[in-house]
Amino acid sequence: MSDSTSPILTADGTPLKAKLAQTTRRLRIKALLLTLPLVIFIIITFVLPIGQMLYRSVHNPTGIMVTPNFAEAIQEWDGEGLPDDRFVEIFVKDLALAKKNREIGKTVGNLATRVNYEIPGSRSLITSTARKAKNIKEGPYLDALIKINKKWENPAMWLTLQRASKEYTASFYLAALDRKYDDKGDIVMADELYQIYIPILMKTLWLSAVITLLCFILAYPVSYLLSTLPMKTSNLLMILVLLPFWTSLLVRTTAWIAMLQTEGIVNDFMVFLGVIGDDGRIQMIYNMTGTIIAMVHILLPFMILPLYSVMKTIPPSYMRAAKSMGASTTYAFTKVYFPQTIPGIAAGTLLVFILAIGYYITPALVGGNDGLLISNLIAGHIKSTLNWSLGAALGTILLAVVLVFYWVYNKLVGVDNLKFG
Amino acid sequence: MSNSTGAAVRFEKVQKSYDGEIMVVKDLNLDVAPGEFLTMLGPSGSGKSTCLMMLAGFEPATNGEIYLNDKAINSVPPNKRGIGMVFQNYALFPHMSVAENLAFPLKVRGISGADIDKKVKRALEMVELGAFGNRRPAQLSGGQQQRVAVARALVFEPDLILMDEPLGALDKQLREQMQYEIKHIHENLGVTVVYVTHDQTEALTMSDRVAVFEDGIIQQLSPPDELYESPQNSFVAQFIGENNKLSGKVTAINGKVCEVLLDDGTSVKSEAVNVSAIGDRTTISLRPERVEVEPEVSMDNMLSGKISEILYLGDHLRIVMEVAGNKEFIAKVRNRGELRPLKKDQTITVGWAAGDCKALDPVA
Repeated sequence: MSDSTSPILTADGTPLKAKLAQTTRRLRIKALLLTLPLVIFIIITFVLPIGQMLYRSVHNPTGIMVTPNFAEAIQEWDGEGLPDDRFVEIFVKDLALAKKNREIGKTVGNLATRVNYEIPGSRSLITSTARKAKNIKEGPYLDALIKINKKWENPAMWLTLQRASKEYTASFYLAALDRKYDDKGDIVMADELYQIYIPILMKTLWLSAVITLLCFILAYPVSYLLSTLPMKTSNLLMILVLLPFWTSLLVRTTAWIAMLQTEGIVNDFMVFLGVIGDDGRIQMIYNMTGTIIAMVHILLPFMILPLYSVMKTIPPSYMRAAKSMGASTTYAFTKVYFPQTIPGIAAGTLLVFILAIGYYITPALVGGNDGLLISNLIAGHIKSTLNWSLGAALGTILLAVVLVFYWVYNKLVGVDNLKFG
Repeated sequence: MSNSTGAAVRFEKVQKSYDGEIMVVKDLNLDVAPGEFLTMLGPSGSGKSTCLMMLAGFEPATNGEIYLNDKAINSVPPNKRGIGMVFQNYALFPHMSVAENLAFPLKVRGISGADIDKKVKRALEMVELGAFGNRRPAQLSGGQQQRVAVARALVFEPDLILMDEPLGALDKQLREQMQYEIKHIHENLGVTVVYVTHDQTEALTMSDRVAVFEDGIIQQLSPPDELYESPQNSFVAQFIGENNKLSGKVTAINGKVCEVLLDDGTSVKSEAVNVSAIGDRTTISLRPERVEVEPEVSMDNMLSGKISEILYLGDHLRIVMEVAGNKEFIAKVRNRGELRPLKKDQTITVGWAAGDCKALDPVA
């Protein structure tokens, strides 16, 4: 009997664990070297951009860049009523200096844009004030500003400037969640007109759920057929399933446009059959219907493949055994077959749902206005409005939603049970 | 409706084809008595499994009728036939525990929870797995899974159990042990068993009767000993046990004994089983253990053989030699402890009684 407290030794007296580590070290180094290119690639193309996105969604440099002295001083202000004249004096001088210098990234326009995010319509206030700032020679500075524009009487204006002068901010997240600071600096819902992101996010989730459900309903019987047919036939069918994969996304989407537009093939055919009148052509594209149809088509293989790979491993003898024991086909299916396909269902739905949440190109092409998804808004902020910080905040929220779904899935199904193929 | 025959299972003129061109089962007529252990034995593709699938209801018979307790069941779906079945790979449901697997047929039948527990417990004890109810099938060894599969087929007390090569996945030792266990369960419960296998040992040790399948036809339906001792044709003789073949032509028939002129010119006396007229080609089948090496008394047939190989197998010696043109003529000599001065290339005399060799249909 070996003593459980003393370490096991090899024949030459070295501890077994040390010896084992020594013999496997070379293998571990080899494994590390083999994966190194991919690890570097992922760090450069994925981890760093994601990190940058997270940083950008909270980073708030404008105030510090444009009005550095004011940014530092205003933090002492308690935020009650209007600021002391000494703060305003620094602000006016900073503004005049920024106007004079016109350095890239430090212009008055930058600050104006930043403040405009929180108080729409205040852009011109800042720029026009900056133009007149150099003419203000002596105090009281606040009164001088109010003389230029009445809006400087509003404490919210100064609170916003104070917030814009901090290096890190939650403002972009508030905006992404349709919230804002009110005149007293408390967080409230944005005006109804400006509440767009949460409804779009909800619509994205809902649409993704619908697309996932449709994919599941369409994919389950096909996968079953694929898994039970003889190899030759199932290979042919599998090619048909994979065909959308091999077709360019643009070609597929264009095909849908040709099919579904009001003067398209489907509508023409229904008019020809007399199902609808010539004046009653159905709008099936450039709206939510178009987005759903096209995305179900594109994401279907992601549902079929995991289902197929799971069903392929379920021998027909299970159903036969259940029937031989007296179970009807329905009973045998629900109690024996279906539970065994759950890993495939879980993998397929997770895959389709997560892909659908972040899908961008298809809704952009066939979605019209009401088929737009959250990713289209993010793209809009990155490409057209150039509010990268808000885009980053929205992107981070989307990432968080995906992670939450993954976590919930893990709780419900267990990631170990997922079977992607 | 056929007349009451008392048979538990009855195949009547059953034929089966999958593609409309090849008959997999050709005109099957078979009665299985209640309580009988009947084995369908045959090489793969001989139609035995198809017969079982037709009986279970998973394959429709192309022609003919199958009766279960004198009731025609062709139009009865498998779940209404009340037949227990053990599958080749057990088909235990992997997502259910052993107890849940056993409870499945009972739940389907709407039996109350307390009764289910009782029956499951009894069935598990029968196969000596009383403590394994909460395990998943994947946590059991092959032999244990096999016992669960048997218990599951028996738990709802069917009159008829079908077994489709149930021991095929087990190693040799376990297979032999399970043969005894299944045989004992059959004896204790008195159920009718239809068993399909390609393993002749399994068929011989377990069955009351064996149906040897080949080419969609039952070649012989006999108790195991008869099958071995009196094969009715060359296929059965070759398929069951070891067998020496000697080909020749019938020269005389005297009642049960015939004279055969072998192709190398030797004449041999043999029991006439499957020959009809003088001049017919025939293949004589002779079991290796019936061959006497250097017989001390005169025998019906005495031939000389040249030893090409001697294998020592402990309980017996296996001597391969050339006899009457057959280079793979085998004699099994029982190990009686006496030294035998036998060497390779030595020429010896072999002899056997006329009744120990059977003149059957010719094979190439």
